[in-house]
Amino acid sequence: MTAFAGESLLRELAPQVLGAVIRRFGDFSASEDAVQEALIAAAQQWPSEGLPENPRGWLIQVAVRRMTDHLRAESARRRRENQVALETGDAAPAPDDNFTLGFGVAAAKEAQEDDTLILLFMCCHPALTRGSAIALTLRAVGGLTTAEIARAYLVPEATMAQRISRAKQKIKSSGVPFRLPTADERGDRLAAVLHVLYLIFNEGYASSAGPDLQRTDLSNEAIRLARAVHRLLPNEAEAAGLLALLLLTDARRYARTGPDGELISLEQQDRTRWDRAQIEEGVALVSAALRMGSIGAYQLQAAIAAVHDEAARAEDTDWPQILSLYGVLKRMSDNPMVALNHAIAAAMVQGPDAGLDLLKTLDADERIQGHYRLDAVRAHLHERAGRRDQAISHYRAAAEKTTSIPERNYLNTQAARLAASAP
Amino acid sequence: MKYMLMMNAPRGNGDWNVASWAPEDLKRHIKFMMDFGQELHASGELVAGEGLAAPAQARIVRAGKAGVPEVTDGPFAEAKEFLAGYWIVDCETTQRAYEIAARASAAPGPGGKPLNMPIEVREVMSGPPVEV
Repeated sequence: MTAFAGESLLRELAPQVLGAVIRRFGDFSASEDAVQEALIAAAQQWPSEGLPENPRGWLIQVAVRRMTDHLRAESARRRRENQVALETGDAAPAPDDNFTLGFGVAAAKEAQEDDTLILLFMCCHPALTRGSAIALTLRAVGGLTTAEIARAYLVPEATMAQRISRAKQKIKSSGVPFRLPTADERGDRLAAVLHVLYLIFNEGYASSAGPDLQRTDLSNEAIRLARAVHRLLPNEAEAAGLLALLLLTDARRYARTGPDGELISLEQQDRTRWDRAQIEEGVALVSAALRMGSIGAYQLQAAIAAVHDEAARAEDTDWPQILSLYGVLKRMSDNPMVALNHAIAAAMVQGPDAGLDLLKTLDADERIQGHYRLDAVRAHLHERAGRRDQAISHYRAAAEKTTSIPERNYLNTQAARLAASAP
Repeated sequence: MKYMLMMNAPRGNGDWNVASWAPEDLKRHIKFMMDFGQELHASGELVAGEGLAAPAQARIVRAGKAGVPEVTDGPFAEAKEFLAGYWIVDCETTQRAYEIAARASAAPGPGGKPLNMPIEVREVMSGPPVEV
């Protein structure tokens, strides 16, 4: 879809239209295809013909027409296959044989609920692989085309189309009902939704250094969806925490890469280029979330990001506070990356050798041993301690292990810089 | 994560002497390769994959004076193996990439016996950089 005035409206309406079509026909997979076609038709027609008076109604009408055509073609195919002359004429579409969504009573009861949320829970179902959940979420909830998603993830369109169709098959065969999760399921299912949005954000944010600017759209999309989740579930502290984390991280987007796409460390960034409005919004969100009293990992990470963002200069950073936040996070989640960051914070408060000591415990953790980040952090701490040769060798070791090109360039540049400096 | 799976063939008897295989062995091998590609496509993991022409047709190119290509036939002699074909797959874990590589490695040879070809698995530089 090319950018045009109605595009954001289109993306906003996508899940609502899909919800309406599913309620009418049941079949998630076919409904999703029909809505995708309606979105593409709108993207082609609206820019030249102007926005229809009722865009939502327009989209539903087109999607329903496509759906009816589809069902007609399906039943014609079946008729041919069965060699049975059915006198269906133009009667209402027969219930779909493959219809496994718990449509009917539940749907009628919950018709008032926002479909965006139901669709998010569906697309991020734990039965799907991470990659499938991401692709399906972007298409069914985000309203992106398959081509756009494929471009964002740098895979051929056919590969992405296949991934989406498998995800839909999986939803069909697992019989995931079209309704909000029950109270029992809710915690896990919400965590899955938040995790998928977090991954979408990371893909876009982390790759903004690359040549493909399209990918930054992924972080915008993740923020938009996280906003929707927070609006629909205002009492979920972690949903607020995630949105805050994304905003506070994204606020630094323009400062984190140089003119040639090279990475700039947090310490070296030009902080005047940080997005103040986004920082204020993130800080307000995370402060309110923390007051709700159910602390979670996203809130803590957001709080840490907020401490960084609130420092006008790198040397003003409140490292003791960051250290204590990482301490809480470390107790809460057994994640070696958290332990790594905790060691960095300790180094900033108690000196580089305290950090290096903490890193030793990570050498035994097979989830992170041999990971380039371990070398990169060691390099940094040795440099701080004035041990130039050790820093160089760790920077080089890290450069050899990373799988990110901008990261490798950054690490090699650090090693070269130290090597060129007088001992 | 994307991985490149490189199928290396030994030099000398080139391509495991396919020229001397029985027709049904060859047929079985070709069918396996086609099915394998189809399977990866259907799982949504195949990014790209190609078989390469025989190494006899390979040339080494270097920029000569004023960037004019200088083309030579080699030297390839020191290489014990050559790249016969590759797949690029996009999958969730390294473990999964290894599984796919193992399937390729077991492509049937003479008598339907698995060839056990060496498949070199290399991650494509596409990892996201984290905050530095």
